[in-house]
Amino acid sequence: MGMFADIPWDIIAIQTVNGIVTGMILALVASGLTLIFGIMDVVNFAHGELFMLGAYIGAVVLVTSGSFWVALVVSTLTVALMGAALQVTTLRPLLGRDPLTTILATFGISLVLQNYALWHFGPVPRKIQEPITGQFELFYLVYPWYRVLIAVLSAAIIGGLYLFLKYGRYGVWIRATTQDRFMAQAMGIPVPWVHTGVFAIGAGMAAASGVLFGPLIGINHAMGLDWVLKAFIVVVVGGMGNLGGSIAASILVSLLEAYAVILVGYIYVGGQPLSPALAVVVPFIVLIVTLLFRPTGLFVPTPK
Amino acid sequence: MSPSSKRHATIYWTGFGIIIALLIVAPLVLPEFWRRFLTEILIWGLLAMSSDILIGYTGMVSFGHSAFFGLGLYGAAAALLMVKPPNLWLAILYGLALSAGAALFVAYFATRLRDIYFAISTLIFSQIFYVAIFTLTEITGGENGLNFSRPQLGIPGVYTIPFTSESLHWFVLAVVTASYLILRRITQSPFGMVLQSIRENEARTRAIGYPVARYKIVAVMLSGLFAGLAGVLYAFQNRFAAPDFVLFLISGEVVIFNVLGGIGTLVGPILGAAFFLTMREFLSRLFPYLASYLNIPHLAEFPYLIPLGVVFILMVIFLPQGLLGFARRWLNR
Repeated sequence: MGMFADIPWDIIAIQTVNGIVTGMILALVASGLTLIFGIMDVVNFAHGELFMLGAYIGAVVLVTSGSFWVALVVSTLTVALMGAALQVTTLRPLLGRDPLTTILATFGISLVLQNYALWHFGPVPRKIQEPITGQFELFYLVYPWYRVLIAVLSAAIIGGLYLFLKYGRYGVWIRATTQDRFMAQAMGIPVPWVHTGVFAIGAGMAAASGVLFGPLIGINHAMGLDWVLKAFIVVVVGGMGNLGGSIAASILVSLLEAYAVILVGYIYVGGQPLSPALAVVVPFIVLIVTLLFRPTGLFVPTPK
Repeated sequence: MSPSSKRHATIYWTGFGIIIALLIVAPLVLPEFWRRFLTEILIWGLLAMSSDILIGYTGMVSFGHSAFFGLGLYGAAAALLMVKPPNLWLAILYGLALSAGAALFVAYFATRLRDIYFAISTLIFSQIFYVAIFTLTEITGGENGLNFSRPQLGIPGVYTIPFTSESLHWFVLAVVTASYLILRRITQSPFGMVLQSIRENEARTRAIGYPVARYKIVAVMLSGLFAGLAGVLYAFQNRFAAPDFVLFLISGEVVIFNVLGGIGTLVGPILGAAFFLTMREFLSRLFPYLASYLNIPHLAEFPYLIPLGVVFILMVIFLPQGLLGFARRWLNR
């Protein structure tokens, strides 16, 4: 570690905060994906596009209503309804078929949604104004409170989901369907509607994360791609269908990536420090290591 | 040989001969644009056919074929830029070597997973190559890509002639036809039978005693090699390499070609590519026309992928066997 000894510890602390904030957003995207996969065996390729549409709808509602919070709620509900409609029209007919067909169908949906957004909203990125502009001092940097708020809100939404699954009446239905689809059906649980509901919840969570993250990045039609790829990595690393695992993996991957941004600057190849842009490979490395040593996922208690 | 299989062989090879004959004559009668268009269909068709070995015959959906295609493209580009004068055979060799390397890397890790997990991990692995090509600007030209010149047909130093758009079409046709015959032979070989038995019942195949993991790795490499060959042909055709050809959207289109045309038929994916690309040409002419006819200017830029995406979703739901699915058994006899 000698070569890394002169890394200032305040930079490490700042990157820790950054890593946790992006990790929480990623966790919000990934937990929707995991929820849908765990219950329906559907790999939702269109998840990134729901994230993107959420951000766009948020931007449009923000302009008309003037309130970020109204935009957040309206966008979440609209995309959740849209998710329900998509599930009923395209995924329900595929119930009981090879899960691979659902990848194909949702891939088709993602193409349609992405191109529609490009056509309707145009190629110029849009912006969402953050609802709070306060800042605080973190060592020598001024750090926006909004980023902290994102992490807290994401945690609150995920916590709410957990409580709903654990104690809510419909939450119990969802867990029962996950455990045994046929037994749940026999007990009188309307399994097809549970699937629709779960897809709607997942879509709503994707939209909410899109609106929350909107102020930090420009909103364009292709923004879903990066996020859905990262979310896929996190979902595989955390163990497919394992909610806690994907949240832990989100934070792990984001923290490692944040640290890597500093570390690569201290690695010299031919007298030149490596570019911080190389840190984007970190999630891939985590994935490769996971597949090599624990292909069922890092945070699964007992591999099947 | 029984009379029925003899009749099957006669009809099959007659049909094959007619289609090849039509494709040989086509560049002589088609105008330049459509000549290039037909060549491009053959190249994308080869890429789709290579992926059919996995999707249709082994039951593994690859969402990472853009990586093999892209590395074939960049490998050919490297040979054409570094070796003077540009050498056709060296370009093929470089392209195949790079795509085989990529295929080995992806196969080694991704075949540890099955079904959906395999599909997702191939997608993620292909993205590693995209990121590498995008960021290593000094070698790959990064976002701007690479421009290079077309090699000449023949043996350098002995006898060479420059490619015309006709002779390039015939060259591509010869490569694609040979690839089809090789792949068809492979699917009917004992090796191909094991792949199909993995598709039907992996656990039983393993129980019988076949080393399934090794068969899968070889299948991915075989598929990747032919995808790389498609990339090399694309380099000759367009003389341009860009990171966009490595992006997973290409892999997605490859899967679409397969589903549209019919998986497990080898020719189906080529038909699927032809259908998709023709629809794209048609729709991108239709919308500007409709826009001026209905007087809605905004409609002119309506993306062709929206109606094509809807057609694709409908096919997945209602016609999962694809356009040639009805002839699947017949074509594989």
